[in-house]
Amino acid sequence: MISIFRTILLVCKHLFSKPDTIQYPEKKPKIPARWRGRIILSRDPDGKERCVACHLCSAVCPVDCIALQADEDENGRRYPAFFRINFSRCIFCGLCEEACPTYAIQLTPDFEMCEYDRQNLVYEKEDLLINGPGKYPDYNFYKVAGVATGVKDKGQGDNEKPPVDLHDLMP
Amino acid sequence: MFDIVVKIVITVGVLAGVMFIVPGLIWLERRLLGAFQNRCGPNRVGPFGVLQVLADMIKIFTKEDWIPPLSDKPVFLIAPAIVVTTTLMSFAIVCFAPHITVVDLGIGLLFFLAMSSLGVYGVMLAGWSSNSKYSLLGGLRAAAQMLSYEIFMGLSLTGVVLMSGSFKISDIVNAQKGMWFCVPQFFGFLIFFIAGIAETHRLPFDLPEAENELVAGYHTEYSGMKFGMFFVGEYIGIALISALITIFFFGGWLGPFLPGIIWFLIKMFIFIDIFILLRASLPRPRYDQLMSLGWKVMLPLALINIVVTAGVLLYRQ
Repeated sequence: MISIFRTILLVCKHLFSKPDTIQYPEKKPKIPARWRGRIILSRDPDGKERCVACHLCSAVCPVDCIALQADEDENGRRYPAFFRINFSRCIFCGLCEEACPTYAIQLTPDFEMCEYDRQNLVYEKEDLLINGPGKYPDYNFYKVAGVATGVKDKGQGDNEKPPVDLHDLMP
Repeated sequence: MFDIVVKIVITVGVLAGVMFIVPGLIWLERRLLGAFQNRCGPNRVGPFGVLQVLADMIKIFTKEDWIPPLSDKPVFLIAPAIVVTTTLMSFAIVCFAPHITVVDLGIGLLFFLAMSSLGVYGVMLAGWSSNSKYSLLGGLRAAAQMLSYEIFMGLSLTGVVLMSGSFKISDIVNAQKGMWFCVPQFFGFLIFFIAGIAETHRLPFDLPEAENELVAGYHTEYSGMKFGMFFVGEYIGIALISALITIFFFGGWLGPFLPGIIWFLIKMFIFIDIFILLRASLPRPRYDQLMSLGWKVMLPLALINIVVTAGVLLYRQ
């Protein structure tokens, strides 16, 4: 019985508190930096594409909205020939970002991507690719990777020992 | 001749006023519910979202008006009309201020009780004629709930009748010049208020349309403006019960300084707000809890109230 009146009083108190609603189109909400919004493809500090077309993102994607095809340039550096994300399917789970070994695919705090035409939600590589390194400004995959693709020679990378001649390694 | 013109003006005025109050109430309820839940409520269409109701009305009028093929068609059509008509008829006896009433019947109070009893038919027939199990369950519940709460409603008003010595609305209000009946008839007021919520089947007593068990209860199969009629009927019912609480227990138009009708509307809207507050805060009881509350608590309370009131009045004579 008392709890009923207590409930009524508590609810009545809310009459005097400010609404939590943010009047969206006029007032933009403050979005945290790790918000999972529109997906982008970043470049490394040298301005080259980070994506190595390993297909991990498209494999992990639970709704299969990522499609890409691998290609290789004359130096042996892998890159996607095309990279397509169907945002009408994307659920913004962020698994692609977690799976990416090179920090290439990243989710950004942008959600304003409505379209009247569903087909416009299919983003191609030129729509996804940005000019900067995104959340990881200093990271360059080929500087720490063991392969030589024209970025650095074998053994020249960060924390990388020079290559060993296997025939010297006799016990 | 002049009298007749005045009567017609008042009648049309009351009808228009009530029909104007309904969209106002819908807006008020949505805004208040928003405020209670730390939201804004409708605030886009027109200033403070007032025109949202208009937009909703245009929508509801242009919706497909579908009649289920297996339903009892004439009954299905007439049920929403019964709900609205009976509640509107009850407004005929409401005294907004001295002489501002459609008809000041000698048996005004009984007329209201009769009309609210007839209102059960609308809900019950709607549930019956829809030929759907959810509607039927809703109609059954509505019939049982409204019939049992009708009894305490009548009994709770007996105290008021005993004290004022009349069934006439204006006499009842004038009898409260010394003291509003909410003080000597406090239990009568409580019982009438709770029975009023159950009569209008508002939350927390909205079991006939409990949406999480019965889809929408008795109006599950209704669409378009026929559904809108139930909606309108419900809001007229809220306004009616609030107006009657004001009349029977809070001295109607009586009050200092301001003109009577302003006092009446102020008191009435306070009770409408309490209706909305109850909706925002209380959960729905189980059906057997509702019934046992009625028969095991309300009925004895109402009877004791009558006995004590009558005893005190006899002792004073």
